[in-house]
Amino acid sequence: MLYPTRPTVPVKGHLPVLLPMRSTGEPLPLTDRVFNLWTAALLFVACAVALVTPALAQQDGESQRSIIEILLEWTPTIGSGFAFNVLISICSMAVGTVLGVGLGILQVSPLRFVRQVSWAITQFFRNSPWLVLLFYCILLIPFQIEIFGTEVPFPGWIKAVLGLSLPVMAYMSEYVRGAIMSIPEGQWESAESLGFNRAQTMREIILPQTVKRILPSWMNLYAVLTMATPLVSIVGVNDVMALTRAALSAEGRVDLLIPMYLYILCWFFIYCYPISAFTRRLERKFSVQL
Amino acid sequence: MAWTSDQPIISLKDVHKSFGNTEVLRGITMDVRKGEVVCIIGPSGSGKSTLIRCINALNDIQSGSISVEGQEVSDPKLDKLELRKKVGMVFQQYNLFPHKTALQNVMMAPIKVLKQDRKAVEERARALLKKVRLEGKEDSFPGELSGGQQQRVAIARSLAMNPDVMLFDEVTAALDPETVKEVLQTIKTLASEGMTCILVTHEMGFAREIADCVYFTDKGVIVESGPPATFFDQAKDPRTREFLSQIL
Ligand SMILES: Nc1ncnc2c1ncn2[C@@H]1O[C@H](COP(=O)(O)OP(=O)(O)OP(=O)(O)O)[C@@H](O)[C@H]1O
Ligand SMILES: [Mg+2]
Repeated sequence: MLYPTRPTVPVKGHLPVLLPMRSTGEPLPLTDRVFNLWTAALLFVACAVALVTPALAQQDGESQRSIIEILLEWTPTIGSGFAFNVLISICSMAVGTVLGVGLGILQVSPLRFVRQVSWAITQFFRNSPWLVLLFYCILLIPFQIEIFGTEVPFPGWIKAVLGLSLPVMAYMSEYVRGAIMSIPEGQWESAESLGFNRAQTMREIILPQTVKRILPSWMNLYAVLTMATPLVSIVGVNDVMALTRAALSAEGRVDLLIPMYLYILCWFFIYCYPISAFTRRLERKFSVQL
Repeated sequence: MAWTSDQPIISLKDVHKSFGNTEVLRGITMDVRKGEVVCIIGPSGSGKSTLIRCINALNDIQSGSISVEGQEVSDPKLDKLELRKKVGMVFQQYNLFPHKTALQNVMMAPIKVLKQDRKAVEERARALLKKVRLEGKEDSFPGELSGGQQQRVAIARSLAMNPDVMLFDEVTAALDPETVKEVLQTIKTLASEGMTCILVTHEMGFAREIADCVYFTDKGVIVESGPPATFFDQAKDPRTREFLSQIL
């Protein structure tokens, strides 16, 4: 058990109010379950074992290079591949956030029809497997489009960005809707009595107040999205996974497989862990303030 | 028909309002003249809040008529902005914008809604905060102010729109006894300067002191009304007398 559970027998001096506030039915956020100090420690021990054991075993072998040497040699390639993943994640996040905020606002529209349609879109994309959405985007979007007679190429990675931004949009839409609904009715009323119209109220008063509430979930979503970016290698984008596979086949060594993938895991961990740690700090800070 | 200041500034005629099947206002008629201070008292749930919310069109009405400076509030073609420029409202829960400082709260509506010049608005906003005796708190956020201070910022925020009428809905009900006085003092100053005020209040002493006319509502109708001296000391209706004996 990584998190303390409530003792079933009342203990003297045990104050339930002092426990972190988490309703029991609500699961921990995904990043919290994946990233904590235990998994960090485990990962590093595993890395060390995986790297050091074969290296030691090979010391009497003749001309073979050590695993660490090979990893170091491939590091620039892997680094550039990883940078591509980061680029894809940032672009998808940006597109998804913009679309999601719009969709979320439509979800609280006074017009019933608009509310229903945006709700349906949100639910559809929130409950679709990300990989399937990716495939759809790759297949449905042509690889170049004609704008005023000039051919504008549409490379695979941009299609992948669009594919990944769809679920981001749907999650954002839900966060935004929830945050807007959590703003007290009195804010709308006082704005209305001061002469603000609906759009002005939304822009000047409601949305600015939702930022604080959405930020932790938004960052959490970004960490999850980054971890999902290797999916794009399946649809033919040369991301870190694709490059790693290429490196592995170039080296042609079976004992390289596990250390290499562990190495990739470390890259992701080092990038995502600070984000989720920071997210949890924000969550704690806001939960005290609000 | 042009409105002139010798006619009632607010005039309600046989106003009916229901939420679903429950009729909350059942024929309210009242006139408020310019510069008058009117207090509305009555038991909880008698429709006091609903009544003043109807005056600035936060709630719509089913039948009857409400006019503000001759403008019909229930008219579907009503320019709501015109109405809201004339009528300011202060709420029990202050409803300040928590992400803005006191000064920004006061400045926001004139700048964003009335598109007035920022410099002039800021000058006026500082003067208003001074008037409600909050100089030095301009840069505090609502969360850093006491209830009474927040409520005074809310009053200044309403005044920044230069309204002709101010509506106060139990503005001291959420405050501790010490801070109630500060807010009442502010309202008293306003009233003495000739601002038309409609107050829903449970502060009987205050009502007696500043009101020109007191209305007692029960179950959606006005049971009795009159100047405070006669109203408080010679109430005729048994319901009024019972309410007053409970509360005084
Ligand atoms: N939005 C609404 N929907 C349905 N019913 C409402 C709504 N607002 C008020 N009511 C009902 O209307 C009645 C009058 O409410 P109102 O708030 O006007 O009373 P009040 O006199 O201001 O009471 P209090 O002194 O407690 O503030 C109450 O019975 C209330 O339940
Ligand atoms: Mg009320």
